[in-house]
Amino acid sequence: MTKVSMRVNGRPVSAEVEGRTLLVQFLREGLGLTGTHVGCDTAQCGACVVHVDGRATKACNVFAMDCDGAEVATIEGMAAPDGTLSPIQQAFQDHHGLQCGFCTPGMVMSAAALLDENPRPTEAEVREYLEGNICRCTGYHNIVKAILAASGQPVAVAAE
Amino acid sequence: MPKDHAPKDRGIGASSRRREDVRFLTGTGRYTDDINLHGQAHVAFVRSDVAHGRINAVDTEAAAAMPGVLRVFTAADFASAGGIPCGWQVTDRHGAVMKEPKHPILADGKVRHVGDPIAAVVAETYEQARDAAEAVVVDIEELPAVIDMKAAIEDDSPLVHDDLGTNLCYDWGFVEDNKAKVDAAFKAAHHVTTLELVNNRLIPNAMEPRVAVGDYAFGTGDHTLYTTSQNPHVIRLLMGAFVLGIPEHKLRVVAPDVGGGFGSKIFHYAEEAFVTFAAKALRRPVKWTCQRSESFMSDAHGRDHVTKIELALDAEGHFQAIRTETYANMGAYLSTFAPSVPTWLHGTLMAGNYKTPNIYVNVKAVFTNTVPVDAYRGAGRPEATYQLERVIDMAAREMGMDPIELRRKNFVTEFPYETPVAVVYDTGDYHATMDKLIEIADFAGFEARRAESAKKGLLRGLGINCYIEACGIAPSQLVGQLGARAGLYESATVRVNATGGVVVMTGSHSHGQGHETSFAQVISEMIGIQEDQVEIVHGDTANTPMGMGTYGSRSIAVGGSAMVKAATKVIDKARKIAAHLLEASDADIELKDGKFSVAGTDKSVEWGAVTLAAYVPHNYPLDQIEPGLEETAFYDPSNFTYPAGAYACEVEVDPDTGKVTVCRFAATDDFGNIINPMIVDGQVHGGIAQGIGQALLENASYDADGQLLSGSYMDYAMPRADDVPFYTVDHSCQTPCTHNPLGVKGCGEAGAIGTPPAVVNAVVDALQRAGHTHVTHIDMPLSPARVWAAMQTN
Repeated sequence: MTKVSMRVNGRPVSAEVEGRTLLVQFLREGLGLTGTHVGCDTAQCGACVVHVDGRATKACNVFAMDCDGAEVATIEGMAAPDGTLSPIQQAFQDHHGLQCGFCTPGMVMSAAALLDENPRPTEAEVREYLEGNICRCTGYHNIVKAILAASGQPVAVAAE
Repeated sequence: MPKDHAPKDRGIGASSRRREDVRFLTGTGRYTDDINLHGQAHVAFVRSDVAHGRINAVDTEAAAAMPGVLRVFTAADFASAGGIPCGWQVTDRHGAVMKEPKHPILADGKVRHVGDPIAAVVAETYEQARDAAEAVVVDIEELPAVIDMKAAIEDDSPLVHDDLGTNLCYDWGFVEDNKAKVDAAFKAAHHVTTLELVNNRLIPNAMEPRVAVGDYAFGTGDHTLYTTSQNPHVIRLLMGAFVLGIPEHKLRVVAPDVGGGFGSKIFHYAEEAFVTFAAKALRRPVKWTCQRSESFMSDAHGRDHVTKIELALDAEGHFQAIRTETYANMGAYLSTFAPSVPTWLHGTLMAGNYKTPNIYVNVKAVFTNTVPVDAYRGAGRPEATYQLERVIDMAAREMGMDPIELRRKNFVTEFPYETPVAVVYDTGDYHATMDKLIEIADFAGFEARRAESAKKGLLRGLGINCYIEACGIAPSQLVGQLGARAGLYESATVRVNATGGVVVMTGSHSHGQGHETSFAQVISEMIGIQEDQVEIVHGDTANTPMGMGTYGSRSIAVGGSAMVKAATKVIDKARKIAAHLLEASDADIELKDGKFSVAGTDKSVEWGAVTLAAYVPHNYPLDQIEPGLEETAFYDPSNFTYPAGAYACEVEVDPDTGKVTVCRFAATDDFGNIINPMIVDGQVHGGIAQGIGQALLENASYDADGQLLSGSYMDYAMPRADDVPFYTVDHSCQTPCTHNPLGVKGCGEAGAIGTPPAVVNAVVDALQRAGHTHVTHIDMPLSPARVWAAMQTN
């Protein structure tokens, strides 16, 4: 067992973990932050995307002990403390960018990283960036629209 | 159902934002894997790595001694349990019932597909269970596997189930009495188009893998199963009555937030029975979380038909007859609804949108050493639509006719229309959806776009097709005659609280469809209260009436109708209370915008005052009605609903690589009345992406030994965001369903049904226009390799 310390959503946490404990296990089982999901075991689906030191990271593909000292942000930290959704979260709701919700935390975290890197992406850039995030429900249409809208670009409102 | 007075921001027809979204967007949803019970143990399954073999011995001794291991289970532990039941019995063309093998919880004597569970290790932690599972030694004598369906029914084929004596599950003819007439029509036909095709095997891949948590309260004998299910009541009935012998009142099944299903979470799976059984055996909660690689080889797969279809036409292009012969893969065991998919959900749709007087469908269902196959989004209807719409396109080309005009010439135009395959379409307008498609897909601009593609060296093609589906399943008495071992009604309880808020407990289940929003819109419309005064409860057998769950695009058509029926009873009772309070006759009381008033007067009473009176009955007609305001209704539909539409796809084909890019996609759907247009659009979008996935990308591929080659997301090509374009969807053509109170038809599967033929028709069109006139068909998925190879054979 190894002691690991990090800040998660701004809160300092530390725990003893096995060497093989994945960051996603640490978040879900250790901290009870179950918003980060596990949708595959080959680092393909992106349901577990979080930010580690500001970078979009698949939490199923990194050991918790390798995140010692890191600043980790998860979906639970995206809304304001009073519950107000972030612009990206709000855009996902306004544009119906989610259905079953399982891929959604990863999508939102990826979208946030994309807009940090590239504040006004084109449609093609959004689609390419989401290569590592699989959604089975939405056909991506409204996810792409939501991200473009969150970037401040004009997009027709859902179904109107 | 009146909708003219609905303000656009609520009620029927409003694109209300989904209330579900807030919890999903903030990471506070509660999926089954988020449930952790005090003292829970974890299970890991030992699964077969060969497709077919005899189990000589399972040595669990070393595993049992591993750290943290509580117990290792094998088939012997389940000697007193039933097998996993099948919910549908098909009778074949000779009057014999289908062959129905036993499906044990853990493999007993033989393994029959890669992934078949052999043993189960329960330990303190999941890691310990997995480590110990590696230490279980299984001595398997590998047997020759049979993967190909046609080979499986040859006399010398290995048998998947020795005791059945055959791999043929059934040989179904529909309608058997039509066969001679159909054969005669073919003899007399001016032209016959024949097409052999494969409807490729798919893996549903809901993003949430399956999870099951079993719990047992020793003090009361109560079992609880938390599971990723589309229909918790069905699981309770099947598992309780047929597998473990637990009466319903001692078994609660909870399906909380469920991360997509697409059919794959309808079925009762062995792992659910295992955790329920083991929780009692160990007096500990037992949790199973499926790994994705495990789900590829344990979730029921979809499609997997091989079909020969023939279409007979007269000289003017009128369809005279259709004859099909299909081999349908059942896999190694019969999954819950597997036998119904290639038969009653496929054969009955072979008329499509067209007047074809003579139809005969033959289906041979076959056991192979592969994962069981069952309903996947569309379930039988995509298979019917694909073959029909491909053969029509081919016939148009052979006869030198325009594919749209050929379809129009044969459209059903008068309703109700009874097809020769035993269903009655209640309503529709296929010309209207085609007209709308031509408009929204901008057919007029196609040639200009094709010229632009040509400048880039790309071959552009346009494919269209129509579809019809039978949804809102189903009339219970009818499906009972057809072999269903379940009723297919739906239920709802509408509970009005004293202060006027409403809770609806529905037997439907939402796993992405947004029922909590759209069902509330209907109640809001009926009573005239705000949507946030309505709560929708689903997914727990302890607090919802016995219902059949969500699949077959049935929720709003059947579940919604049950809710309307219960709400109507509630409103009728509330009207009596209002009449009493207003000292008027029931008949004179109107309910509008949350207020009861006496017609023609200014006397009124608010909804909340009436509901309060129901629970504080001081001034109340106790001699006529009981206190309280809560009603339950069960709704059994009198017919299926028949959504229909027309789809168009434009592709670019790279002649150097064979890569197909979907450039434009348009869908016009007639879903009847629409509750929430935003949600309906989203359902169609998702179906289109799955249809594009089937047409271009996805394939569950087995090698000759039965190894699943596409066993992860690195091998199984899921559609990604850059594989699809924005879609243009329209549902303004509305012919309301004539037999349910909302006039709704259901929209969940249309996209997956209508899309594959449009894509394939477009690719064939592109190649034909480019002079590859010998290319009349390419089997799905249209991978670059297949398309490139097709172009080389000229």
